[in-house]
Amino acid sequence: MVAFLVRRLALGLVVLWVMTGVVFVMFFVAPHNVASLIAGRQATPETVALVKHRLGLDRPLLTQYLDYMWNLLHGNLGYSFYNSSPVRSLIWQRVPVTFSLALGSAFLWLAMGISAGVLAATRPRTPSDRVVTVTALFFYSMPSFLLGVIIFYLFFYRLHLAGIGWFPGNGYVAFTSSPLGWAQHLILPWFTLALVTAAVYARLTRGSMLDVLGEDYIRTARAKGLPERRVVYKHALRSALTPVVTQFGIDFGTLLGGVIIVENIFGLPGLGQQAVQSVLQQDLPVVIGTILVAAAFIVVANIIVDIVYGILDPRVRVH
Amino acid sequence: MTQAPPTVEAFEARPVEDTRLIEAKGPWRLAWERLRRDRVAIICFLVIVLIVLVAVCAPLIADLVGHKPNATDQLGGLTPEGLPKGPSWSHPFGTDSLGRDIFIRVVYAARISLLAGVVASTLAIIVGAVVGLFAGYIGGMTDSFLARTMDVILSFPFLLFGIALVSIVGPSLGIVIGVIAFFSWASVGRIVRGQTISIKEKEYIEAARSLGAGDVRIMFVDVFPNLIAPVLVYLTLLIPAAIVFEATLSFLGLGVIPPTPTWGNMLAESLGFYQVAWWYVLFPAAALLITTLAFNLLGDSVRDALDPRGERLFRQ
Repeated sequence: MVAFLVRRLALGLVVLWVMTGVVFVMFFVAPHNVASLIAGRQATPETVALVKHRLGLDRPLLTQYLDYMWNLLHGNLGYSFYNSSPVRSLIWQRVPVTFSLALGSAFLWLAMGISAGVLAATRPRTPSDRVVTVTALFFYSMPSFLLGVIIFYLFFYRLHLAGIGWFPGNGYVAFTSSPLGWAQHLILPWFTLALVTAAVYARLTRGSMLDVLGEDYIRTARAKGLPERRVVYKHALRSALTPVVTQFGIDFGTLLGGVIIVENIFGLPGLGQQAVQSVLQQDLPVVIGTILVAAAFIVVANIIVDIVYGILDPRVRVH
Repeated sequence: MTQAPPTVEAFEARPVEDTRLIEAKGPWRLAWERLRRDRVAIICFLVIVLIVLVAVCAPLIADLVGHKPNATDQLGGLTPEGLPKGPSWSHPFGTDSLGRDIFIRVVYAARISLLAGVVASTLAIIVGAVVGLFAGYIGGMTDSFLARTMDVILSFPFLLFGIALVSIVGPSLGIVIGVIAFFSWASVGRIVRGQTISIKEKEYIEAARSLGAGDVRIMFVDVFPNLIAPVLVYLTLLIPAAIVFEATLSFLGLGVIPPTPTWGNMLAESLGFYQVAWWYVLFPAAALLITTLAFNLLGDSVRDALDPRGERLFRQ
């Protein structure tokens, strides 16, 4: 197990290193006009050159790269081109928002997806199975920005017109200052992300539950007189969850994509909003920093998935 | 003497080919019969055909309704206050904020969305299938390298990366297609690789090798036909995903540049008007949703038809 973890961690570090390389080449080596963007429209070529010099963009690329890597190894992600604040603290400020959003919606979609999947799998080819399948595919086919806009319209705009202000349309309240305000601000974004994603889990759980329910050990469990509830939830669901867990690890990448959209629709000051903003401003250190943090999330999530595998399905531990 | 070898070869080759033909047709015909009985699949297929026809015939439809996708209706396009006009006989889906006919814009947008979806998915499928096949078949260092490359690509926060790339290179349809294909091929590659690894241990591969078949021939003639089913299913599921991705990029202003209509950028434009012009939001949204839903439902049915045991192929 230890050797496995070490190998996975090493691989994760390689992934992150490759990613820094790719991102660096893409943003620093490819032609960009961030200096003239900062210098303003009327700037003379001298001013642009000065800005370039100030940002260190006129140095040889290899120097820039080694410099960046050296700082990175010391936990320094660089400084924003625009307000010179450290990228690390810029990201750190916004992590709680995105983390709250991700955690809440992940909880919701797992709960909705898995229960819908179990419901469908225990009653295959019945109307309730059909309804679950079609509903799941309906939400799955909907882009998150569209669902976000619809939810925003119905539960913010229409309710506000009707004089009901349950769900605020933008902003964020820290959990520590008001748990209720925190949930109030996040509930619409949570549901937007969760509904789009839950569909995949409902399908996945249904498929793997159907497979597992046909296996011999389920028949054994039934034959020895266990109640059906126990067979379904304890024996079958446990091993049926393996593909669900894999998908959960993969979805961290998709989740961060969804976060970008949802944060922009609901005005949440999180990493996604910052990412779009810094991309449009070509604030390269912030862009790279955000991509790296996001990628690190994914790598860590995948390692956790591999560990959870072993816990859920004892058969995996043998290999 | 010189004539003897060919006759022997022909004699031996024919029965092998015949049996393979019969065996290969069996499951396909069964799948086709299952699919034909699935009413949802048939309806979705017809809807997709209709959308494709509409997209292909867009200029004809434009002539028929008498509006151009980027032409503003100078006389009756906007209300006296300068707001979009609701659905009417001359503009069945209403007009947008510039007085353009929404119906014909939705029709033209279908071209971009389908093009992006189909081209990007096909590219991803081809690259993914070839790389996965090579990785799985050759094994060893090549396999480790390719498999790790796919892992790296799958660990990319792709939407973030996509918008970053587009902001550097500048938005265009080609870039959008490239980004979608680049981030989609790895998951196809993974599936194909997994299948190839299990297939290449089968006896009939050994048989092919002992008959003197080369690696390339085994890969494409003996292994690949077994991968067509999962790849086909994946293609029908990838197309709607690509359409959604294009719409998302366009929605963020980083996809296809206006005035070229796409469902995504029409929706982005319409959001400033949702309080006064529901039709501006509704029709592009409905077109997008109907298209992706039809593809997803069809993909789902194709999967069920090809593999009656459910989602076995998609577990890895």
